[in-house]
Amino acid sequence: MRDLTNDILELIRRTSTDLPPDVEQALGAARQRETQGSAARGALDTILENVTLARRDSSPICQDTGTPIFIVRYPAGWSTRALRAQIREAIAQATKKAYLRPNAVDSLSGKNSGNNLGDDTFPTIHFEEVEGKTLTIDLLLKGGGSENVCAQYSLPHTGLGAGRDLEGVRRVVLDAVHQAQGQGCAPGVLGIAIGGDRGSSYMASKEALLRPLDDVNPDRALADLEARILRETNELGIGPMGFGGKTTVLGVKACGLHRLPASFFVSVSYMCWACRRRRMIADGDAVRYSDRSDP
Amino acid sequence: MIELTFPLSDAAVRDLKVGDPVSLYGTMVTGRDAAHKWLIDTFIKKTRTPQGDDAQAIEALTPLLKGGAIYHCGPVVAGLDTKQYRFVAAGPTTSIREEPYQADVLQHFGIKAVIGKGGMAARTLAACQSVPAVYLHAIGGAATLIAQTVTRVVGVHKLDFGVPEALWVIEVKAFPAVVTMDSHGHSLHAEVEAQSRAALDRLLKA
Repeated sequence: MRDLTNDILELIRRTSTDLPPDVEQALGAARQRETQGSAARGALDTILENVTLARRDSSPICQDTGTPIFIVRYPAGWSTRALRAQIREAIAQATKKAYLRPNAVDSLSGKNSGNNLGDDTFPTIHFEEVEGKTLTIDLLLKGGGSENVCAQYSLPHTGLGAGRDLEGVRRVVLDAVHQAQGQGCAPGVLGIAIGGDRGSSYMASKEALLRPLDDVNPDRALADLEARILRETNELGIGPMGFGGKTTVLGVKACGLHRLPASFFVSVSYMCWACRRRRMIADGDAVRYSDRSDP
Repeated sequence: MIELTFPLSDAAVRDLKVGDPVSLYGTMVTGRDAAHKWLIDTFIKKTRTPQGDDAQAIEALTPLLKGGAIYHCGPVVAGLDTKQYRFVAAGPTTSIREEPYQADVLQHFGIKAVIGKGGMAARTLAACQSVPAVYLHAIGGAATLIAQTVTRVVGVHKLDFGVPEALWVIEVKAFPAVVTMDSHGHSLHAEVEAQSRAALDRLLKA
């Protein structure tokens, strides 16, 4: 079993400093839609310039390098204990190299650990054993401003007239985006999970954010829902940074989970425009990186 | 583009209107969640007695804040080992978390500009009228670009709060922002909230 610490460090560097091309493309298209001379257009100009500078200088796109969320799919024979140690070492090194900001704060004492390492939940690491010989690590850097505007609804929701169906899902998601205004660094990406329990639902909504913006949901009903929510959230007019404008949301990714008869949760994970994700693929001794996490 | 150099005069603040793009020069101080709570508890409400280097820190900060700017920012900083500090990434953090504190902090220290993202609410807007002061919206996430407008890190106070929460004194050149709350009672955020609320109501009726 080889040591992947340096490869994971490179995964972190790429994720923090190099925005995936599909996100950059969506931001470029959003810029074209905004009126020349508007604050919205100015914001997108600055954002796109920043993306270029960050890539060139290998410096963080955003200073809030977020909660690092790793999803590790490993073939039989790998030690998750060793992989966890390697991920944690790579996180500490990345922090020292200023690819990451020290973000792990003890909630009781208020002390920042200084190296981005907290208890077992910081960084967040999920392990899943898979068939075959390929190990993949997906990394999402989820910033705090956008995390604070995530929302979870329990349906039915009387105030919003939301029942236990896709129309109900549509209504609560529109509400969540309205409530977020520009606070989550619009234009954002929405990960939506329908069902599950409160914990699994939120986690699935975060994993949905790993999907490339230009993919199409294989489930027809969810694909239609995603397209409709994308269109309608952009009719809200909140715009980049909440300055008002035509683009509030860049992409919508939804999934369904089994639920209890008694529960119907809808979780909305809001990701800022700096949708920082990357995949690392280790096949034998060869390691490569991908901007896309679709199979 | 309006160029502003800190400290600002009342007249310069009064001239600014919602929607004006601005370019910032001079000295500013970063301060976010821990800093605002510290300022309020220790020096404004005085529910906590000054400890450690608190007195020294406030003596250095007070003249910088008078007519100056507080920047809601938790930067990525290089050179921590050698104390040759350099800002690597330094975009704004969400300002609304400081809403319970901001009005009192503005009034107490005579701060003329709050720089952040996402805007603030009614109490801060009222303080902007009385001080007078403005809210300047920086572009969230544009951290590398903004860090490159930081020409010098002058120093740091309360580093024991951690790198993101410390109060960093910086000099900037051509730092870009937009006025979204002015000293005349106007807020772009209140306007966009109301318009998007009307749009939401239409969509939920459908």
